[in-house]
Amino acid sequence: MVSLILRYINYIIGAAFAFVLLIALWGTASELITNPPKATAEEEFHLEPEPLALHSDGPFGTYDYRQVQRGFQVYKEVCSACHSLKQVAFRDLEKIGYSEAQVKAIAAGWQIEQPDVNKDTGEPATRPNVASDRFPLPFANDVAARAANNNAIPPDLSLMAKAREGGPAYIHSLLTGYTDPKTFTHDGKSLAKEFPDFTVPTGLHFNPYFPNLNIAMPPPLTQDGQVQYQDGTRATVDQMSKDVSAFLMWTAEPNLAKRHATGFGAVIFLLIFTGLTFGAYRNIWRGIKH
Amino acid sequence: MSFPWAEEYKPKHPAMQWLDQRLPLPRLVYGAIGAGYPVPRNLNYFWNFGVLAGAALAIQIITGIVLAMHYAANAGVAFDSVESIMRDVNAGWFLRYAHANGASMFFIVVYVHIFRGLYYGSYKPPREMVWMLGVVIFLLMMATAFMGYVLPWGQMSFWGAQVITGFFSAIPVVGENIRIWLLGGYAPDQAALNRFFSLHYLLPFVIAGVIILHIWALHIPGSNNPTGVEVKGPQDTVPFHPYYTAKDGVGVGVFLLVFALLLFFAPNYLGHPDNYIEANPLSTPAHIVPEWYFWPFYAILRSFTADFILPAKLWGVLAMFGSILLLFFLPWLDKSPVRSSNFRPVYRVFFWILVVDVLVLGYVGGSEATPVYLMLGQITSGYYFAHFLIILPIVSALERTRPLPNSITEAVLQGKSGSRMSETAVDGNVAPAE
Repeated sequence: MVSLILRYINYIIGAAFAFVLLIALWGTASELITNPPKATAEEEFHLEPEPLALHSDGPFGTYDYRQVQRGFQVYKEVCSACHSLKQVAFRDLEKIGYSEAQVKAIAAGWQIEQPDVNKDTGEPATRPNVASDRFPLPFANDVAARAANNNAIPPDLSLMAKAREGGPAYIHSLLTGYTDPKTFTHDGKSLAKEFPDFTVPTGLHFNPYFPNLNIAMPPPLTQDGQVQYQDGTRATVDQMSKDVSAFLMWTAEPNLAKRHATGFGAVIFLLIFTGLTFGAYRNIWRGIKH
Repeated sequence: MSFPWAEEYKPKHPAMQWLDQRLPLPRLVYGAIGAGYPVPRNLNYFWNFGVLAGAALAIQIITGIVLAMHYAANAGVAFDSVESIMRDVNAGWFLRYAHANGASMFFIVVYVHIFRGLYYGSYKPPREMVWMLGVVIFLLMMATAFMGYVLPWGQMSFWGAQVITGFFSAIPVVGENIRIWLLGGYAPDQAALNRFFSLHYLLPFVIAGVIILHIWALHIPGSNNPTGVEVKGPQDTVPFHPYYTAKDGVGVGVFLLVFALLLFFAPNYLGHPDNYIEANPLSTPAHIVPEWYFWPFYAILRSFTADFILPAKLWGVLAMFGSILLLFFLPWLDKSPVRSSNFRPVYRVFFWILVVDVLVLGYVGGSEATPVYLMLGQITSGYYFAHFLIILPIVSALERTRPLPNSITEAVLQGKSGSRMSETAVDGNVAPAE
């Protein structure tokens, strides 16, 4: 008996797995038929980000530093009130075209100071920012952040353009995507008609680009001219949103231009290298049938 | 070792003769990957992937050692230390992207290497040990890759660690205690991160050691070849160097090109955006998915949704580990004396069905577990086990194979070396040499 089992052990194990999978398949299928999953508002009305064309796109992409600087201005004057940028240092701004003196001035003039200790008493204190500092946190800790923002922590923005599906396009769509749920339609279907019970919880804001449609952040860019651009660009909501998306792409991937340039050289080198190895291979194998 | 006509190492320079009498290391290299190792003359480009896997391991070890100089395995600062590598370390972005995408490249070439072995019957006698050591390497790679993915301490790192160590809690009675012991806590935290870093640094060298055994075991019978016919004489082989060093050079060039395109132009394409969010034990991501190279196995794990005698979770874990462990028994499950699928018309069809099956499993494993994908996963998981445990043993016992060429040289001279996977190569009806 035992030897018989051992002889056909592979069939027994294979049949066991297949059998249990059949039961599972039966369960899934009957569940699907008797209790089909109900469509949710999130599934039906969540929108994918609108395409956004940036100078950093594509294999030869670099940053448009004028745009990135404008985006920095939007971050400074709008976003930085709630959102940290803790991976980025003031000195990094030199890489987007600010001079050393300008960076020093930006750091020194930054509203939130760096935590420090009083040299004489050892008591907690603050000091003005210097170029080597990272951008200071707008809130002392998560509790303070929650308390000031209706129990939601504003996420750090340093890596936002890599931490969301769609990247900068998602940021742009989200910032410009606030709308009224009562009149919102998608694919010819009205949210109010399809889901009459749909309500936006108090303190949240309807935004179809946000995965669960209701986001804690109030619309940050509300009117044209909210910031005054130095370079004369008209500060429409769309423009400001594009600029800050470009800026956050830079904070997430500051070495993108260098990476693309290095990659271009590497690919050229490897094409020549591979061509030479192929020539060597043909040469060595010449006259040998294989 | 190897064939009687293998070139013997004869050092000419007195210094090399002196060394050879005391430490015959050059002799070892000469016999292993030099002119002293005769290799079938008809290997196709699929035989490049072993060397490519070795190259990938070397790249991982070199970039990894430098990254470890800058990385801090502390749950409080790990995420920021990785970002500091990306921003402040000279060429740190290059090292990190090379290491992260290098892991993907490693798995790509190893998967091709494994399926090449499956197609050409490289696991069959006398190469069973080569194959089994390969499965050991694959398991070690999976453990190493999993622990490496935890180190950046992003959301997917943390929750991936939570899910994968959760497998152990499926073991009856003692499972939960084993899980806590492995993690050094109730959830992944400082203790887990620190030991994962230690093991992530150790295991690649274990892999390197097993690779030496893998190559050693390979060199006893010598390499298989696209016809699957054993080497009969010196006319069937060429020395590894310069013939296959040159051919592998081409492979390395193409490998590096693909690698460079990924690294420089799409470094985050194979990653998950959530891993750019710092680990947060209080916030579960909407969809926890492992890295792409685990997707087929993740699909198998998730397919077991029904309790039957054992809990569904235990079935899933058993099946997931079983799906790899059964490869150890492959040399005995396949009873056909013919190696190459070029001469196995029925098995060849099932081989390609298996390829499609695993690709579908991968797709399902990377998707959300909606009922439709779940059902697709259940069907393809069932087929995976049926292929190895039921179909293959029966087909290999019943199949009528095509006539084999008398020798590699005969196949080569008739243009039917099988080095290209064309129909002419697999037609197989070889007339006697005239």
